[in-house]
Amino acid sequence: MRHLISPLDLSIEELEHILCLGQEIMESPEKFSHICEGKKLATLFYEPSTRTRLSFEAAMLNLGGKVLGFSSADSSSAAKGESVADTIRVISSYADICAMRHPKEGAPTVAAMYSEIPVINAGDGGHNHPTQTLTDLLTIKTLMGRLDNMTIGMCGDLKFGRTVHSLINAMVRYPNIRFVLISPQELKIPDYLRREVLDQKNIEYIETDQLEQNMPKLDILYMTRVQRERFFNEEDYIRLKDSFILDTNKMKYAKKDMFVLHPLPRVNEIATEVDNDPRAVYFKQAKYGVYVRMALIMSLLGLDKAKQ
Amino acid sequence: MLNIGVLNEGIVIDHIQAGGAMKIYEYLNLEKLDCSVAIIKNARSNKMGKKDIIKIEGPFDIDLNVLGVLDHKITINIIKNNEIVEKKDLSLPERVTNIIRCKNPRCITSVEQELPHTFKLTDRENRIYRCIYCESKFRGK
Repeated sequence: MRHLISPLDLSIEELEHILCLGQEIMESPEKFSHICEGKKLATLFYEPSTRTRLSFEAAMLNLGGKVLGFSSADSSSAAKGESVADTIRVISSYADICAMRHPKEGAPTVAAMYSEIPVINAGDGGHNHPTQTLTDLLTIKTLMGRLDNMTIGMCGDLKFGRTVHSLINAMVRYPNIRFVLISPQELKIPDYLRREVLDQKNIEYIETDQLEQNMPKLDILYMTRVQRERFFNEEDYIRLKDSFILDTNKMKYAKKDMFVLHPLPRVNEIATEVDNDPRAVYFKQAKYGVYVRMALIMSLLGLDKAKQ
Repeated sequence: MLNIGVLNEGIVIDHIQAGGAMKIYEYLNLEKLDCSVAIIKNARSNKMGKKDIIKIEGPFDIDLNVLGVLDHKITINIIKNNEIVEKKDLSLPERVTNIIRCKNPRCITSVEQELPHTFKLTDRENRIYRCIYCESKFRGK
């Protein structure tokens, strides 16, 4: 039985298989609409995350399966003090697969240790969020037609943004990937990522606080939110916040075939005027998230081979 | 140096960083042993300046490799018939459970007290262990 706890749990080949299946589903979703009939997905959300939960539920419903679950710890047995290990042992007899969101890091690992059904990590604190990474990869692969040979700009909060860390970890496995890491000084990528991943694997990267002048180099721009509370003082926030806001003016410097991704929710880091630009693909990305979750559910249930 | 009797048979845990002996005593649960245990603190050492030593009398069976996780400078001498019969090098175990504790307040182990604190070796060269749940780093002395 397989689980998905960290984005790196999947080998390049397994990843390729899931992404290709995701693309097949995208092309003709109707072929897959009965594949999970009689199967149930439990969504165990110990903290609210409407977008991720609905994406999982939509994925299972699209496959003809059913869903059950809870959407906050208050409405679960955790409020009575039940451990993750006990909860998952009980849920194992109610459902065929589960997606778990938990505020504490490593909770899905605990679940996987005691579970009799596949566990998908739907986000554990600031640690991992592998299905977001799968979504990002499917988006890049589908729109660019490849996952190698490109320059990826990461912009915003690169220090605390787990989606950024996971995507860097996932992309360095492909050949000829370069990064332009655009952030305020206070929000640069963590030291371990620089030393243990980028430097160790000899990945080409630059760190800068200039978005505009780096735009022409990029094939992909991955935007994240810069939160006010991350700054040490208000002055710095006011001075820097606009440098990391993407607007139509900055888009003028970008390549014609560059794509802008964002894990959403967006607040003000991408001006709404950019939404109409065909290179802005963040809403499409959310849609791809459902396809890739469908592919993942099928794959973990062993139904990917019986698809015809 | 202070002389603590002669050890006919037993183990000498030497080159413990000064001040670290009590921690080792606790990790190895030596208080549960029914034999003589001597703790020598701040002994003079040419190599280290000051060091701690633990002498344990008699044959006993404990996994000493966990000591390598805590302090890689430690050396182990096995004594039989008043002589050192073996000098043990500490190898780093792949996994250790309840030897080191995860200090990350965001880790699931911080709220679920009964979970074992398990770390796995992720970088042998730099002696880095990571919590199997949250991947927080632990590096021994």
